[in-house]
Amino acid sequence: MAKLLASTLKRLGDWPPFWPLGQNLAVLAILLTLALEKALPSSGLQPPVERPYFQYFLFLSLGVFLLWPLTGARSPEKKSKFRAKDKFYAMAFLLLGSLNVVAGKMDLLPAIFFPTPDRILAVLVEDFNYLILVCLYSSAKLLVTGFFSGALAGLITGVAIGFSKPAAYWLNPLIKILGPIPPTAWIPIVLVAFPTTWAGAAFLIALSVWFPTSVMTSSGILNVQNAYFEVSSALGAKKVYQIFLVGIPAAMPLIFTGLFSGACASFLTLMTAEMVGVKNGLGWYINWQREMLSYANVYAGLIVIAISFYSLITLFFLVRDRLLVWQKGMIKW
Amino acid sequence: MVSPSGEGRGGVIAINEVSKIFPHPDGTEVLALAKADLTVEAGEFVSLIGPSGCGKSTLLRLIAGLETPSSGTLTLDGRIINGPDAERGLVFQNPYLFPWLNVFNNVAFGLKARRVYKQQKHLVSQYLDLVGLGKFGRVYPHHLSGGMAQRASLARAIINQPRVLLLDEPLGALDAFTRMSMQDEILRVRAEEMITMVMVTHDVDEAIYLSDRVVVMTPSPGQVETIITVPFARPRARNTPDFLNLRSQILEILNFAGHLEEPAYQI
Ligand SMILES: Nc1ncnc2c1ncn2[C@@H]1O[C@H](COP(=O)(O)OP(=O)(O)OP(=O)(O)O)[C@@H](O)[C@H]1O
Ligand SMILES: [Mg+2]
Repeated sequence: MAKLLASTLKRLGDWPPFWPLGQNLAVLAILLTLALEKALPSSGLQPPVERPYFQYFLFLSLGVFLLWPLTGARSPEKKSKFRAKDKFYAMAFLLLGSLNVVAGKMDLLPAIFFPTPDRILAVLVEDFNYLILVCLYSSAKLLVTGFFSGALAGLITGVAIGFSKPAAYWLNPLIKILGPIPPTAWIPIVLVAFPTTWAGAAFLIALSVWFPTSVMTSSGILNVQNAYFEVSSALGAKKVYQIFLVGIPAAMPLIFTGLFSGACASFLTLMTAEMVGVKNGLGWYINWQREMLSYANVYAGLIVIAISFYSLITLFFLVRDRLLVWQKGMIKW
Repeated sequence: MVSPSGEGRGGVIAINEVSKIFPHPDGTEVLALAKADLTVEAGEFVSLIGPSGCGKSTLLRLIAGLETPSSGTLTLDGRIINGPDAERGLVFQNPYLFPWLNVFNNVAFGLKARRVYKQQKHLVSQYLDLVGLGKFGRVYPHHLSGGMAQRASLARAIINQPRVLLLDEPLGALDAFTRMSMQDEILRVRAEEMITMVMVTHDVDEAIYLSDRVVVMTPSPGQVETIITVPFARPRARNTPDFLNLRSQILEILNFAGHLEEPAYQI
């Protein structure tokens, strides 16, 4: 009990969080934004929202930034990282606040294209079911299907080219000619060639992942020093064992570079394919809302896209860092 | 010097009139090794020494099965050598530890590749201990010093309990102190494992200190010039008059062979 008390007191030593001032600019920025939102009357041009979502959001942020020193105090390293980002967070809230004032209070921007944060948040909350459960789910399904089949195909062709002369002879020209064509350029053909647009879109996403993965995998394997294969064969490893336990691990850093380029390309292809052909998903949603001039929904969709892709890339690097712990001086995301 | 009793599992290497011709990029051919003849007895330690380009590595790679002879035959215990095999272990100057595996898994590689890991897992720590790396199993290779990395690669090669261990300038990249302690390490491993060992080296002292016989080779074309038996009992001192005599004798051969008109090398 006394121990708990002591540790709590120790954590409280980091409190109140607005001390020293220089390290709590974010809190100040939130308070300022909140004050302006409350004090200034809203313009009549922006459609009203049912609840003050922006205020909810600011209060929530305030809570997070005030309580952070308590929860995060366990690891001083994490805390100082958070602190170091303080100015960035402050600037983000100030920008958000200014946008709110300029668009929502002063009417300096066309209301139709620049909705207030209130309206965007309203869409996120009130349209949650459709936006997340229907659109995000549909996009995720398409992306996952396309990404993994493309990555698998890329690994297979890359390994084949890396280890087999005949495979290199037949596949290399194909990759050189087909690879650089932007996958979306195939849309006119794919839309008619595939039984469903969904299958076509999955194919295009797979194609955008396949090319960089294949190129990077094969060059990764071809760049492995021959001595590793010699050593492993003198240790009793046969060809197949060498492919999977020497060639591929040694090429792993380059394979991940390929997969990363592939992931970025697949996001692009996903959005385009959804806007053009697939009548579902986040890309289709923002395009559809744009046509209806519901820009609050467009921004909400963009926010969901940003968060999803950011999470995916973060997850990707987490996996990579796990698998490549052995690398010296690895570049962090 | 008597080689260790026939109880060991060292193999007999017989090299019969082996030549190796490499195609040169400019269309000509290089005779890297001309009609080499050599028999290495079971459990014997033989050094290959000679100036750069005299075919030492080529001969070693032929024994390893990494090259095929242009003519002649190589056998291990009477069986023709064709292709690399776990019975002939290999250590290069660069340790070539697999950087994606920690030291333990590097050493375990041969067991896994031969699918005996389950039964022989205990050997890994045993061999790590043998080379003094017992505490470093979980470390990744890029954290190791040069000497430690080379010891790990030694353990990785001998855990397969090969009949022959082939070493291509294994200590060439190490500083003088590490080098000397590694020489003793190799002798210790040899005493415990009784493996036949063939080592390429540039260092005459090292060759005399370690070997039962020293094979002196000369270039253009690469060939076996002389084979010298080292008549000293182990453990050997590095500075006895006999040792120094043998040293100058070998240097003389190397020198005469290289530059016939010049006076013999003086110590
Ligand atoms: N793969 C190869 N292709 C063409 N020529 C080769 C090849 N390997 C070796 N040679 C040539 O064969 C000759 C002997 O080479 P080797 O590597 O056996 O010499 P070495 O005695 O080990 O020399 P060093 O002491 O420099 O290592 C050299 O002239 C070399 O250029
Ligand atoms: Mg050599």
